[in-house]
Amino acid sequence: MSKEWPLWEVFIRGQHGLSHRHVGSLHAPDAEMAIKNARDVYTRRNEGVSIWVVEAQHIAASSPEEKGPLYEPSNSKVYRHPTFFDIPEEVGHM
Amino acid sequence: MYAQMITAEASDEDPKLLEEFQARIDRDEKIEPKDWMPMAYRKTLIRQIGQHAHSEVVGQLPEGNWITRAPTLERKAILLAKVQDEAGHGLYLYSAAETLGVSRDELVELLHEGKMKYSSIFNYPTLNWADIGAVGWLVDGAAIVNQVALQRTSYGPYSRAMIRICKEESFHARQGYHAIMQMAFGTPAQKAMAQDAVNRLWFPAIMMFGPSDSESVHSEQSMQWKIKVRSNDDLRQQFVDQTVPQIEYLGLDLPDPGIKWNEERGHYDYSDPDWSEFFNVIKGKGPCNVDRLNDRTNAWEDGAWVRDGLLAHGRKKAAARTAAE
Amino acid sequence: MADNALFQFLLRMGDNSLILGHRVSEWCGHSPVLEEDIALANTALDLIGQTQFWLGLAGEVEGKGRSADDLAFLRDAWDYRNVLLCELPNGDFGQTLMRQFLYDAWASVMMGRLMTSSDERVAAIAAKASKEVAYHVERSGDTVVGLGDGTEESHARMQAALDYLWPYVGEMFDSDEVDAAMVKAGIAPDPASLREEYDALVGKVLGQATLTIPTDTFHHKGGRTGYMHTEHLGHLLCTMQWLQRAYPGATW
Repeated sequence: MSKEWPLWEVFIRGQHGLSHRHVGSLHAPDAEMAIKNARDVYTRRNEGVSIWVVEAQHIAASSPEEKGPLYEPSNSKVYRHPTFFDIPEEVGHM
Repeated sequence: MYAQMITAEASDEDPKLLEEFQARIDRDEKIEPKDWMPMAYRKTLIRQIGQHAHSEVVGQLPEGNWITRAPTLERKAILLAKVQDEAGHGLYLYSAAETLGVSRDELVELLHEGKMKYSSIFNYPTLNWADIGAVGWLVDGAAIVNQVALQRTSYGPYSRAMIRICKEESFHARQGYHAIMQMAFGTPAQKAMAQDAVNRLWFPAIMMFGPSDSESVHSEQSMQWKIKVRSNDDLRQQFVDQTVPQIEYLGLDLPDPGIKWNEERGHYDYSDPDWSEFFNVIKGKGPCNVDRLNDRTNAWEDGAWVRDGLLAHGRKKAAARTAAE
Repeated sequence: MADNALFQFLLRMGDNSLILGHRVSEWCGHSPVLEEDIALANTALDLIGQTQFWLGLAGEVEGKGRSADDLAFLRDAWDYRNVLLCELPNGDFGQTLMRQFLYDAWASVMMGRLMTSSDERVAAIAAKASKEVAYHVERSGDTVVGLGDGTEESHARMQAALDYLWPYVGEMFDSDEVDAAMVKAGIAPDPASLREEYDALVGKVLGQATLTIPTDTFHHKGGRTGYMHTEHLGHLLCTMQWLQRAYPGATW
């Protein structure tokens, strides 16, 4: 079995009200230490109010080959964007 | 895994994929970890990012050399925070390299076995307190010139690491200049230390950009792939141009009699460093090569029981948790 | 007397964090793994920051115009008031973390009490420091548990560290006339009164770490009174004070 500490991905909530954002990774022997390491490594400049860590091997990711089928179909659904609809100025803000 | 990559040759790569790959780079698209990439691109990146990471970590040593001797509590805190940042930057860069399929431990072992390099500058000693100012100002100053350019590099994780690092490094050069300013404007002894530091570190600093473009082995392909984005000479000139007036402001003598403003070029001329010295340092014959590598190797080996102990405990905890479920 | 007692008390607080912070900073660049290197530097930075407050206030109370830097860099060993535990050499990483935990546990209890000090300046420093030491003790405690209950080797090394350091723990709870004056003025608690809470905290963590606390109750002393430091402190000061001593009067 590898003697290298597992790799963890670190997500930090920058300010109250915003989502956690991926900020980087680090190594740690377990989840508790991963959170502490994340605190010491990634919040040295007061960057965070909340930390998530997840072992990198547990992240499922979409595959780049499927980029076309996954994301392009939404290109044509222009009606999902508010700017698609022309509303006369007299109607006011909407 | 990395060892296998080094031996694998990329000769039989699909030309159509190569062409599409180059087109993406030409469109300034970022390449991400799971995207297809030529083996040589991957190998070059691992080498470059790995060396960059090693440089940050070995780079802790010359400055760390003065943490216990810093002259005031504030200077001690600033220096410690700065050297700590270098460890952080090493960590970000190892993480970027790890997305390419090599582990941090593998890279560290390659460093310790002498199979990977780090920046030649860190094989020079820090001999007086002004060196700490000079390292922050000249060495980090030179590194920043290079790193700002690298924010636009084509590999996503590397580019993002560079952006974070540049943001954090912005205080490094300033604190160095501030420290050396105190000395240049201080007592005669302090001024002499400042001059000594600039004299010793000037040429090693301008060597950091690597040999002249005409002699650099990796440049052309790396430029085409936007792993490198500006040439060695170009970056070096920028550094000289920005630094000469800063030396003059301190009232110190220029460390190179060849430095002169060239009206026609709109740049400072400067003397070529002694490249034979550079290549000697690269080959392990710098003033501190052996000590630096011993320091790192000892730290790694002395720490093995700690890494193993904490990992064993982590596994025990995980097992207990599973058993309880 | 009252002011001199307060001065002495503040030196004890400031010298503890100064000397321990210095020791921890010696690790920079040499830790077993990058994450630990960064974490240790954070601890050292907190301790240096606390030093600036404690010694700054000490200089103010003394009233002779000495700054925190003057006190840190221009006193000789016998004027230092840190407990011996803080000046002991780093040893291996386990000894450093054990020393850190044994100190952090004391500091976390102490800062909690000082937050209600009758002296507002003391209370304010303690309020800031208490958040830092709360994290320190959690981190060093976790590491002591991890290494104590890790491999056979790490367990043996941590037990050896505890055996070596334990005789230096008792000094943190000694009392003398300085402490009596602080209690009387409502500035600081009697150190002896921290012991129960300390023993509960330390006992719990060392128990989880599967380590055995030595039964011998003897303890070394001489640091917080300045009567007799270890030989180690002089060497530490030689390094730390070198520039200030070699170039008197220079501004850095």
